[in-house]
Amino acid sequence: MAKPFREVLNSGKFVVTSEVGPPKGTNLEETLRHIDLLKDRVDALNVTDNQSSVMRYPSLGGCILIKERGGEPILQMTCRDRNRLALQADLLFAYTQGIRNVLCLTGDSIPVGDHKEAKAVFDLDSVQLLKTVRTMESGKDLGGNDLNGAIEFCPGAIVTPEARPIEPQLHKFKKKMAAGAEFFQTQAVYDLDNFRKFMEYARGLDKNIKILAGIVLLASARMARYMNENVPGIFVPQALIDEMASAEKGKALQKGIDIAGRLIRQIREEAICDGVHIMAISREEVVPDILAAAGF
Amino acid sequence: MTSQSQFEPQIIAFACHYCAYAAADLAGIMRLQYPTNIRIIKLPCSGTVDLLHILKAFEQGADGVFVAGCLKGGCHFIEGNIRAERRVERAKGILDSIGLGRDRLEMFFLSASEAPRFAEAAREMTERIRRLGPSPIKGV
Amino acid sequence: MIVAKQKPLEEIREMIEGYERILVLGCGTCTAICLAGGDKEVAVLVSSLRMADKISGKNRLFREHTVERQCEWEFLDEIEEQVKEVDAILSLGCGVGVQAISERFPEILVLPGLDTLFMGMPQEEGIWIERCSGCGNCILDETGGICPITRCAKGLLNGPCGGTRDGKCEVDPEKDCAWTLIYQRLEKQGKLELFDEYHPPRNFQVVMRPGKFMIK
Repeated sequence: MAKPFREVLNSGKFVVTSEVGPPKGTNLEETLRHIDLLKDRVDALNVTDNQSSVMRYPSLGGCILIKERGGEPILQMTCRDRNRLALQADLLFAYTQGIRNVLCLTGDSIPVGDHKEAKAVFDLDSVQLLKTVRTMESGKDLGGNDLNGAIEFCPGAIVTPEARPIEPQLHKFKKKMAAGAEFFQTQAVYDLDNFRKFMEYARGLDKNIKILAGIVLLASARMARYMNENVPGIFVPQALIDEMASAEKGKALQKGIDIAGRLIRQIREEAICDGVHIMAISREEVVPDILAAAGF
Repeated sequence: MTSQSQFEPQIIAFACHYCAYAAADLAGIMRLQYPTNIRIIKLPCSGTVDLLHILKAFEQGADGVFVAGCLKGGCHFIEGNIRAERRVERAKGILDSIGLGRDRLEMFFLSASEAPRFAEAAREMTERIRRLGPSPIKGV
Repeated sequence: MIVAKQKPLEEIREMIEGYERILVLGCGTCTAICLAGGDKEVAVLVSSLRMADKISGKNRLFREHTVERQCEWEFLDEIEEQVKEVDAILSLGCGVGVQAISERFPEILVLPGLDTLFMGMPQEEGIWIERCSGCGNCILDETGGICPITRCAKGLLNGPCGGTRDGKCEVDPEKDCAWTLIYQRLEKQGKLELFDEYHPPRNFQVVMRPGKFMIK
C-alpha cells in the first residue's frame, strides 16, 4: 500500500510523481500495465482527464484502478467538461473510493481536441475549483447546503514557470496558493536558470509550498521544435534541441531519456525544488529508464 | 435564336475618368480599332462602381462587363482602383454562385496614355464573351 | 450592435424553394451597419436571386423593402399590405427581427437570410468583434474595462489559463488573451490589486433564459 501523498510531500524527501494517460475506449490492458510498472516506482501517479480535449476513459476510473492495485493516485479534474454539480459529485465519489489527491485544472480549450463542436463548460475555473475542495472539506457544498459526510483532499494545481509574459501567471499562482493549493506540478521545465528565478519567487510567497518540476520527455528534435512553436509555456533551449539532433539514428529517444535524467539529477542535487513530475506521454514504459538515468 | 457566329456580345465597360476613359478617348483619336460591342460608362473613379451596378448590368442583359481603372499606385483618388478590384472579386463570386460564371466580368488596370491597352482589353473581352455565348439571362 | 452575416446564396436558394412570391425584407439598424441586411444588401441579394432564377428557368416574384428596425412591431406595420401579397418573407434582420416579424404575421413563413453572430462593434471597416455576452452582471469595473466572459475564450473569471502565449490565446493566435490585456490595463491604471482579487464562481442564472426584463 502506497503512503498517502500528503505525507510524502511533507516528509522532506525528493518527491517523484508521474502520469498515465487512459485509453480512448474500454481496453484497459495497456493502462493496467503502465500502472503496475510505475505504482511502486513513484510517490504518486496522476491520471489525465480528457487531456488536450480528447475524449478518453476518465481520470476517476483510472484512479480507482490505481487504488485497487495498491498505488497512490492523483485525480485530475478539469473544468472544461463538468459543471459545479458534476465536479462536486465526482469529488464525493472519489473520496469514497479512497482517492485523496486532486489536481485542479482549468482545462484545454475545445478546439484543440477531437470534438470540435462540443460545448465547453467552464462553469468553474481552477482557482474556484480549489476553493470548492476547501469549501466541501468544511462540510458544505457550493450551494451552501450541509454535506452528509464530508471529504478531505490534498489539492494541487499547475503553474507555468516559463509563461510569457510571466507576471500574470505569477499573480495567478499566488491566487491558487491563497485558494488552498498544497502542491504544484509545473509545466515542462528545461531551463534551470529561469526555473531557479521562479522558485525564488515561489519561496518568497510561501516557503512551505511544494513544487514539483515538470519533466517532459523529449522523443526527437522535431518534437522539441514543435513544442516551442505550438505549446504555450514550453521553451526547449536550442542547446537541447541540438543535443537531440546530434543523436544517431534510432537513438533519439535514449538521448531524451538521458536529458530528462540529467535535469532530474541536477534539480535534486541542487534542491532547486521539492521534486519532479515526469510526463512521458504515450511512452510511459520508459519512465523507469528516466528514473535510472536520474540516479534513482 | 442567333447562332454562335452571329452573336454580337453586348459589353458594358465602367471606365474611370482619369485613366481608363482617357485611354479610350485616346484610342479613338489614334484611330485604333476596337470592337463596337463595348458601351462605355464614365465614372469619376473606378472606386465608385458599386456591386449593384455590376449586377444590374447583367440583370438587364449585358453579356459581359468590365471595370477599368488606373494602374495600382496611380489612382487619382489613391485607393479607388483597389476598392474596385475587391468589389469586382466579390461580384465574380456572386456570378459563380448564380450560375452566370465569373469569366463574364473582368477588371483591368491601365494609365491614361495606354490607348492600345484599352483597345486590347476591349478585344479580349469581346472574344471571351463571344466564346462564352450570350448571357443566359437575356431574353428570358 | 448585433452582428450577423448573410447565409451563403446556395443556402438561401434552398430555403426559398417552393415559394413563388417572396418579400425580401431588410433592416436599417444593426444588420445594415454590419453590411449584412441593409437596403443595399437587399438589392444585391434580390438581383442575384432574380438572375439565378432566370438561369434556372424559374420566374418567381421578389419584392424588396427595408424597415427602420425589424425588432419593433410598430416598424412592421408598414409592410402589412405587402405581406398579404407574398407567400414567404426572407428576413435580412437578426434572429430577433426574424421572430418579431413571425409573431407579428404568424400566418406567413419567415425565413432567416442571416446567421446572427454576437453583440459587438466594428474594429475597422469590414471587421466586427464581439464585446458583450449579455451575462446580466457586469464586472467591467473590476477588470479594467475588458470583459473576460466575452473576450476570454473560456470565459474565466480568474485568468489567465495555461494556454496563454505572448499575450495571445491558444484557441486562436490572432486573438488576444483577455487576461493578459486585463493585467496590462490594470497595471497601466495602477489597479493591480483588482487582478489579485478572487472572483467567485459566476452566477449563470442571473438572466434566466429566455430573458425577460420589465420596468416596474
